[in-house]
Amino acid sequence: MSAQLGTRQKQYQQFLKGRQPARPVLKNSLRAFLAGGAICLLGQGIQELFVHYFHMSEKMAGNPTVAVLIMISAIFTGLGFYDMFSQWAGAGSAVPVTGFANAVTSAALEHKTEGYVVGIGSNMFKVAGPVIVFGVVAAFFVGLARYLILHL
Amino acid sequence: MLIGQQTWEFTSRPRVLGTGTAVGEKEGAGPLGTEFDLVFTDPYLGQESWEKAERKLLEQAQEMAVQKAGLSMESVDVSISGDLLPHIISANFAARTNGKPLLGIYSACATSMEAVALSALLVDARAAKYALASTSSHNSTAERVFRYPTEYGGQKPPTAHCTVTGAGAAVIGHGINGPIVRYATIGKVLDLGVKSPWEMGAAMAPAATDTIVAHFRDTGLTVNDYDFIATGDLARVGHPIARELLKHQGIELDERFSDCGILMYHEDQPEVFSGGSGPACCACVTFGHLLRRIQRGEWKRILVVATGALLSTVSAQQSETIPCIAHAVTFEAENLS
Repeated sequence: MSAQLGTRQKQYQQFLKGRQPARPVLKNSLRAFLAGGAICLLGQGIQELFVHYFHMSEKMAGNPTVAVLIMISAIFTGLGFYDMFSQWAGAGSAVPVTGFANAVTSAALEHKTEGYVVGIGSNMFKVAGPVIVFGVVAAFFVGLARYLILHL
Repeated sequence: MLIGQQTWEFTSRPRVLGTGTAVGEKEGAGPLGTEFDLVFTDPYLGQESWEKAERKLLEQAQEMAVQKAGLSMESVDVSISGDLLPHIISANFAARTNGKPLLGIYSACATSMEAVALSALLVDARAAKYALASTSSHNSTAERVFRYPTEYGGQKPPTAHCTVTGAGAAVIGHGINGPIVRYATIGKVLDLGVKSPWEMGAAMAPAATDTIVAHFRDTGLTVNDYDFIATGDLARVGHPIARELLKHQGIELDERFSDCGILMYHEDQPEVFSGGSGPACCACVTFGHLLRRIQRGEWKRILVVATGALLSTVSAQQSETIPCIAHAVTFEAENLS
């Protein structure tokens, strides 16, 4: 790349400042807070139902609660609502477990035309894969730190 | 014939003899909805995949263009086509259906005017009697190739574009009726350092400006010689930037300067963001709307500057900046002295 182009690029980047609408951070944060909170409230409600009607302990009710949320998210993704909701909710719909379920379901749906194995099988975790990889990596280091702190 | 540095003048006056446009529901609900030949409410068009749906759109547009030119597919000598999908499968597979000699091309969303320019050149050189220029895009196929799965819930910024679902085709040849293809200015690839694939308007604006300036320089025409100048898909963010860049170059444009990405959708339509993009955006707006205004006698001469962002998912993930291109074509009315 020529030096002249480099200068032009710098000038243009300078010129662009303020000429493009920024992401509405405050509005997005508020919406994320409301939507994320609402999803958590829904989860809390479901957990209460398990505790109340199925006589589970609060800890035991955790797993089926997550399963129900994942199911709701997957169904809404399949019906084509979740992405519209996410455009409004942003991080509020991406951070809870429903966002993870959406990432997996949407990728599976997208690649169903290529068949079960090379399509769904190999692409299902295309979007959500990094979360698992770096989740495991992070867990390893946190576990290591915990071990070192407790045993040294 | 080359005039200046990068402009062709078509002295034998090839014309757009017929056009065909096929679009999806969202485009049909836009301000130009009634201008398009076919509006499909089913995003799958009865096919089993988005890719097949896009191909169907392209085939429908091609057939419509040939039919409206008063010809049959047999009389088309060459088809020039391209799209956004890897290995331009829409163009290639549609050519399997129509059985015509194919020149497959790619310049992203600038493909429409590249196809028109090359078609006019072939007709002008008598290498073809009738050439079929066409292009297509589908929102869902483009999402998969360039962004995320269609149902993935990622929040898009206000600078994002909405890829147009549609296809546009035009038959170029010598005849008595139809807008004349007078000039084509072939754009240079320009990269002014925009990295984010969400900011294609800003990335492509300098390329559009560069081609417009080159066009005026090569042809000796001025802004006042044009009734309308449309950029391809800079949309509501990129278009004002292009306007400002042109002003710096001493080219002042008024309301006769707009953008196909802006014209395609209503501003308040859901999830259109800054406006339309995709090869079909410029193709459908030009073939469906702009050329009709010439034929209705409202305009005498227009310039369509199709803009394309030449990135790939790999280049974007490797943090490369976005090279862009713009091809401009001048369309004229019959009775222009």
